[in-house]
Amino acid sequence: MKILVVDDERDVQTLFEQRFRKEIKSEEIHFDFAFSGEEALIYLHQHEQEAVLILSDINMPGMSGLELLKQIKQKYMKPPPVVMMITAYGDAENYNTAKQLGADDFLTKPVDFPSLKEKLKAVH
Amino acid sequence: MGQQEPTVAELKQLLAAQALELQQKNRELEVQTALEEVRVRATAMRNSSELAETSAILFQQLKVLQINAIRTGVGIFDEANDAMELWLTTVSDKQEVLRILDYVNLHIHPVFEKIIAARKENRPYALTILKGDEVKRYYQTMSTYLLLDKQTKYNKQEYYYSFFFRQGTINVVMDKVLSDEECGIMIRLAQVFGLIYTRFLDLQKSEEAKQEVEAALQELKATQSQLIQSEKMASLGELTAGIAHEIQNPLNFVNNFSEVNTELIEEMRSELAAGNAQQAMEIADDIKKNNEKISHHGKRADSIVKGMLQHSRNSSGQKELTDINALADECMRLSYHGLRAKDKTFNAKMETDLDNSLPKIYIAPQDIGRVVLNLFTNAFYSVMQKKKELGEAFEPVVTVKTARKEEGITISIRDNGNGVPPKVIDKIFQPFFTTKPVGEGTGLGLSMSYDIITKGHNGELKVTTKEGEYAEFIIYLPAKS
Repeated sequence: MKILVVDDERDVQTLFEQRFRKEIKSEEIHFDFAFSGEEALIYLHQHEQEAVLILSDINMPGMSGLELLKQIKQKYMKPPPVVMMITAYGDAENYNTAKQLGADDFLTKPVDFPSLKEKLKAVH
Repeated sequence: MGQQEPTVAELKQLLAAQALELQQKNRELEVQTALEEVRVRATAMRNSSELAETSAILFQQLKVLQINAIRTGVGIFDEANDAMELWLTTVSDKQEVLRILDYVNLHIHPVFEKIIAARKENRPYALTILKGDEVKRYYQTMSTYLLLDKQTKYNKQEYYYSFFFRQGTINVVMDKVLSDEECGIMIRLAQVFGLIYTRFLDLQKSEEAKQEVEAALQELKATQSQLIQSEKMASLGELTAGIAHEIQNPLNFVNNFSEVNTELIEEMRSELAAGNAQQAMEIADDIKKNNEKISHHGKRADSIVKGMLQHSRNSSGQKELTDINALADECMRLSYHGLRAKDKTFNAKMETDLDNSLPKIYIAPQDIGRVVLNLFTNAFYSVMQKKKELGEAFEPVVTVKTARKEEGITISIRDNGNGVPPKVIDKIFQPFFTTKPVGEGTGLGLSMSYDIITKGHNGELKVTTKEGEYAEFIIYLPAKS
């Protein structure tokens, strides 16, 4: 399974690589990383049909996670990939907007990795 | 020739005339000395209670001039209340000089009513002569007002003289009539005293005015420092949510990486138990790397909290060697997240162009931090306004740039918002000037920033702008401020 993680915090990459070291080693999951909404769009453009799941932060400078979600769901890829939104603001407003824009799931920071793994298994 | 010898009679006459002239000159000298004594004391007067001293000097000096008064005094009219403030001096039975202050209504005794009448008629003085029982009755009347020594014997006659000056009278109570010459002296005395008293009042007025101005200044200073504090608190409030968000991110990393490390240590143990030293070493390297991350993010949270405390604290103005790039970056993030937390629809692209060769310089970090935060907040506000007007088509961008200059550094904060209209550009650094709606800005941000940069750091704060296109605020800080 190919997952694209979108977050402006670069250490998110190290964290995911460590947290999923077993899954990466066994080639169960392959991770790619983008550090802004814009970068994510470029990636998706170049790797169409590759990423089946996108994990995106909402609160990023420049293009926000919600805008990215909107673009992915409207313009990119058929069928659109599974998009899970992650944010530090776990409030109703963001949740509703994300749902409305077609987010498949909604996670709050700090990410609970065991439960994320469960969710990924379910998608798989 | 032809000059006749003067006769003895003529010589006598001449001698007598000369003696008289000498006597008169001598007297005049005495009078002038006495006037000078009174004048000197009265001129030194700073407070009206010192009128008692003046009255005592008057009493003594009249004695020198052989004007032996029963009492002397200075009276100051209280026109509004038809009354008089009386500073009296008399001699007790034991020859002690007594000073008495009282405040009398001008209608309690004919002596005072006479003063009113004479003053109305513009006479130089008022005189009332009391005889026999009248003297006794006067003291009986006055005893309820004046704390005069109970006189064992009353004079047969008493002469109450009041010589006028503009604001009051010089009072002399005699047991005999004053000669014309003596009256003349008293009139002169009253004139001299009047001038000094007028001067004294002017002095008092200017003293009062000075005190009023000083009080107003104090009040203004107090209000100003309150305003500065509330401006600081307002901007802190705006930032609190941003700060909370900023702390949450590093804390998440600290928690996550330490959990990962716990897992990795377990894995390392099992690899070691299985004898896979190579794998164990690789895991150890990861643990070390993660530990560095934990330390890095811990320090990041620490610096955010410190920054927040610095922002809320009253600045000591203490200058410290400061990394301007780190400060600019931190302020940008804080203000961005602060606005972001307040308005979730808000977003802007942040660009940094930080000069890595920038030397650390001595500045008051809280103060410069506040300036930079304020400029960022303004920049984000401006692009947000434009976004509201233009919608999707507009991409808000805020840029921070630092650069090394010959004798210092510059920090530039640029936004592609609506810019500053030319008609207000001269006013933006003035206190209380704001273009924000009531309640959204104090109008103190930029004026305080200007003071911090120019007065506090000998630097410059400049703006370049094009209405509708951009605004760029440039801070110049000398390396040695």
